[in-house]
Amino acid sequence: MKIKLSEIAYARSGDKGDGSNVGIAAYTDKGFALLKHELTTERVKKHFSHICFGDVERYEMPNIRALNFILHDSLGGGGSESLKTDAQGKTHGLGLLYMEVEVDSQDGFLR
Amino acid sequence: MDKKIIRIANGQGFWGDSILGPVRLLREGPIDYLTLDYLAEVTMSIMQKLKSRNPQAGYATDFIKLLQRILPEAQKKGVRIIASAGGVNAQACLEAAGEVVQNLGLSGVKIATVTGDDILHRIDELQAVGENFTNMDTGAYWSEVRNKVSSANVYLGAAGIVEALDQGADIVICGRVTDPALVLGPMIHEFGWQFDDFNKLAAGTVAGHIVECGAQCTGANYTNWRKIKDFAMIGYPVIEMESNGEFVITKHPNTGGEVSIESVTSQLMYEMGDPQNYITPDVVVDFTTVNLKSDGADRVRVYGIQGKTATPFLKVSASYSSGYKAVGQLTIAGPEALEKAKICADTIWKRLEYDGVTFPEKNKLVEYLGAAVCHAGIAREPAQSDEIVLRIGVKDEDRARVDRFGMEIVPLVTSGPPGVTGFAGGRPKATEIISYWPSLIRKERIQHAVHVESF
Repeated sequence: MKIKLSEIAYARSGDKGDGSNVGIAAYTDKGFALLKHELTTERVKKHFSHICFGDVERYEMPNIRALNFILHDSLGGGGSESLKTDAQGKTHGLGLLYMEVEVDSQDGFLR
Repeated sequence: MDKKIIRIANGQGFWGDSILGPVRLLREGPIDYLTLDYLAEVTMSIMQKLKSRNPQAGYATDFIKLLQRILPEAQKKGVRIIASAGGVNAQACLEAAGEVVQNLGLSGVKIATVTGDDILHRIDELQAVGENFTNMDTGAYWSEVRNKVSSANVYLGAAGIVEALDQGADIVICGRVTDPALVLGPMIHEFGWQFDDFNKLAAGTVAGHIVECGAQCTGANYTNWRKIKDFAMIGYPVIEMESNGEFVITKHPNTGGEVSIESVTSQLMYEMGDPQNYITPDVVVDFTTVNLKSDGADRVRVYGIQGKTATPFLKVSASYSSGYKAVGQLTIAGPEALEKAKICADTIWKRLEYDGVTFPEKNKLVEYLGAAVCHAGIAREPAQSDEIVLRIGVKDEDRARVDRFGMEIVPLVTSGPPGVTGFAGGRPKATEIISYWPSLIRKERIQHAVHVESF
């Protein structure tokens, strides 16, 4: 079955120069294992293909069951240079939570 | 045995945050220190401009208005205030704050400034001794922007704030300091932490990072938002710091929002780069050592934090003028709104082209708000929409060309498809783009200064 990341994780994002940072944390250990497995830089870059035009960096924060992504070149210049509505990437966290992943069942993932 | 705990609350996440944050923090429960953050990357440039027109300007005037409202209660309760409101003219801010003290009929209030961050007037001197101000993000040379620079400020650490508090300041007004320094300062002052006790400095820095955006750690902006109650009266965060560097994040009783593992974790992730190397002037923090546990209702205990030796550098935030921009919008209502909005955008570009005004694609913006703009390629795009906001903009070196663009938006109301309205803002005017230039400077070049006056 498919499950939306919003059911198993929560997220926050903000700006980092002309890129955004997207942090995503799982509600459970099992959920964090799934995030680590599914959320490769390639997959995240593809998910944000209409938003992120640079590299994607990935960091792990196992202590809080979180992954941190830097989406380079995703703010139309960033700061005062950007013309975009979301010039600071405030909504990119919610954007990542739209992603769907394949699981056998919901057991052990839900908040 | 009584364990000494100090309570530090952050009432202002950025310049423009709700004035009710600090007002309610003073009213609704005990705190010892109130911190207020008034800085953003481009703020200093705006401040320099204001100061060049008026030597008494160049600081966050909102802070003075807030002081007028909260100072009597803060004084009565013995709450000391630390604010990054000084901009590029902390002395003028101090004098304005002193006037507030006198107007309110208060006395015996000590106000301090912490400065030394503003290096705009020292650029040539610093270049002469070998500082190159190379852009630390892009590697670009300083010479590209040197002549356009309108502000240059170093991010100071906590030391100046500590000195000001040691000298008895009730109000500390800083120029540019890091956000976490605002809360780290009183911790070092209260507990006598040493500047090489990196685990404690790291703990204070993490506490500062968690509260720096105000209500963002007490349930606001939490993606599982239905769980959060009473955004209107959301509680702003309070740190309860202990001498060993362990602390609790909480909020006052009977306020909205929540403090939970999730609310604190959310903010730990905010604006994070490499979590193992979170660099501040005072310490390099390893955010992967942060442990959280629940400590009762709306209380999260934070412990185990480790820090490493600070780097030999401070970060410089410079800003420079890099052209002009304008963004306007139209509301397109009725059937086939999205299709009509696309025709509107196309029409604007064609009319400008007729007049010989074109812009490269990268300097143009078209957004159809209501049709998956922020989550382009991710959220569902409506097949048809009955209402769309067209948001259209350009940037260019030439102000006149940007203004020319601004003239072609409103005409769509009477010379395009039907149902076009929402032009109440009128013609968008060209505004200056202030770009940000980050670099590093050796610490020994910078000496902070503390100045205290009594009112």
